[in-house]
Amino acid sequence: MSVIALIDCNNYYVSCERAFDDSLVGVPVVVASNNDGCAIARSNEAKALGVRMGDPIHLIRGRLDKHGVKVLSSNYALYGDMQRRVVAAVEEFAGDVEIYSIDETFLDLAPFGDRDLVAHANAMRHQVRRWTTIPTCVGIAPTKTLAKLANAAAKKNPLFDGVADLRDPLLRDWVLDRFPVADVWGVGRATAAKLGQLGVATAGQLRDLQLKQARALGTVVLERLVAELQGVPASAVEVVEPQRKGMAVTRSFGVPATDRETLMGAVAQYAMRAGEKLRSHELVAGQLTVFFHTNRFKTDAPQHQGARRMRLRPMTSDSMELLAAARRGVEAAWRDGHAYTKAGVMLDDLVAAELRPRTLFEGDLERRDRLMSALDEVNGRFGRFTAVPAAQGFERGWRMRAENRSPAYTTRIAEVPLVKV
Amino acid sequence: MHLLTLHELPFALEPMEARLLVETTPAGFPSPAQDDMEEPIDLAAWLIDNPAASYVMRVSGHSMTGAGIYDGDLVVVSRAVEARVGDIVVALVDGERTMKRLRRRDGRFWLVPEAEGFKPIPVGETTEIWGVVVALARRCRR
Repeated sequence: MSVIALIDCNNYYVSCERAFDDSLVGVPVVVASNNDGCAIARSNEAKALGVRMGDPIHLIRGRLDKHGVKVLSSNYALYGDMQRRVVAAVEEFAGDVEIYSIDETFLDLAPFGDRDLVAHANAMRHQVRRWTTIPTCVGIAPTKTLAKLANAAAKKNPLFDGVADLRDPLLRDWVLDRFPVADVWGVGRATAAKLGQLGVATAGQLRDLQLKQARALGTVVLERLVAELQGVPASAVEVVEPQRKGMAVTRSFGVPATDRETLMGAVAQYAMRAGEKLRSHELVAGQLTVFFHTNRFKTDAPQHQGARRMRLRPMTSDSMELLAAARRGVEAAWRDGHAYTKAGVMLDDLVAAELRPRTLFEGDLERRDRLMSALDEVNGRFGRFTAVPAAQGFERGWRMRAENRSPAYTTRIAEVPLVKV
Repeated sequence: MHLLTLHELPFALEPMEARLLVETTPAGFPSPAQDDMEEPIDLAAWLIDNPAASYVMRVSGHSMTGAGIYDGDLVVVSRAVEARVGDIVVALVDGERTMKRLRRRDGRFWLVPEAEGFKPIPVGETTEIWGVVVALARRCRR
């Protein structure tokens, strides 16, 4: 039997901030999205004050000020680095790890199946806490969907004390019967409404749906989801021999790039172009490499060659996904104080789009495909880069608003925490 | 008589992954050092055993000059190792981050400065040992 765990960091962004700023401990804290727009993370104290996810900061400013809520700009350099540490801390506790989001990681616990997994999970949580100060919750179950649900139970119900092991069918049924169907991973609002009309209100009732009925009602995704709730892993990954052929878009700059956003603008263009190329050949890529370097012939200037290889899962030809991967690569490999003169994006591990290995829960792919075709059509008709994602930049010199961002405590020497002596 | 013989190649012909942008194919003589190439010295790796549990901090103040740690120095603080008496530790004292030598005297723990004019701090209820200083880095000239 497969054993999957999901470890999830509690109030992740706030916990990262608190690791380095003790004045944030025990007081309400909210982290705002890019450009200081909306609340995207809240401490428990802020939740108790009724701050909701996505609340626009300017609309709730009065309430925030009245209660002395600390509002921070998001600091992704910090959150990304802390994630790396969390993943490193859990690795020895799992046969395999799959990073699902910045604060959630799936673990294959099958190699440890004969142990007391609650104790195992607690040892893992202890190690994460020690290495990073970040508190976590763990859900354990036979499938990913159930592990996600177990994690939510561990977080909400104090009974579990941070770890919910739902391998026991009786306990699992007890939780499923009390779990709202709308909160099940992968059930969207529209699906939840449809299910509601059929009288399906809990995860337990969804599990008892006939597979055929689930398929008729939703899509194959809902069918797989029901199977997962029944404890059958939907690892419907078709084994395909990938054509190991790559493609690259690379160019030298007219003017050297000395700041990260300028370089990112160039790399974004190359990623977009690479996406176009992929789609015109009806291929998807499994790996993206971004690289950039200084002028090697200018020996008196500081030299650096940055390169990062990013896995693309699910495999994709979606420019937005390529762009996101390229951005992560640039952020990881960027070094201040250099004049970069050349950059490129390479794609490999290419397979035909229709042979792409499917993964569960990849979101609404059809819509994404339509968006990409529209993008290609607009750019084909009106000239390349008529329609671009905002990250590509319309003009240089654009800056993100982040008035209250904490230092890059763990990734920049000039911004490391001070220790008073 | 064979002037030319074909040998079996003594190594497996497998596709090799070339490192990006680092290797070049020289047109001239191969370097005699090629087979003995090693990675350049990586000071960060030497200073930091467990990067996932290590944090770099900058020293601000003069209470540890006796231990050879000066204002502006960088220290590597590990959260993976257990603090022992005699270690230099980073502690949170009433929410304030400080760095001192951990000592045991008269049956209790103390955070002891190593310079004239500073007082030891008793480890109390509100004191948290945050990490252990495992390395020190300083540049003499920029």
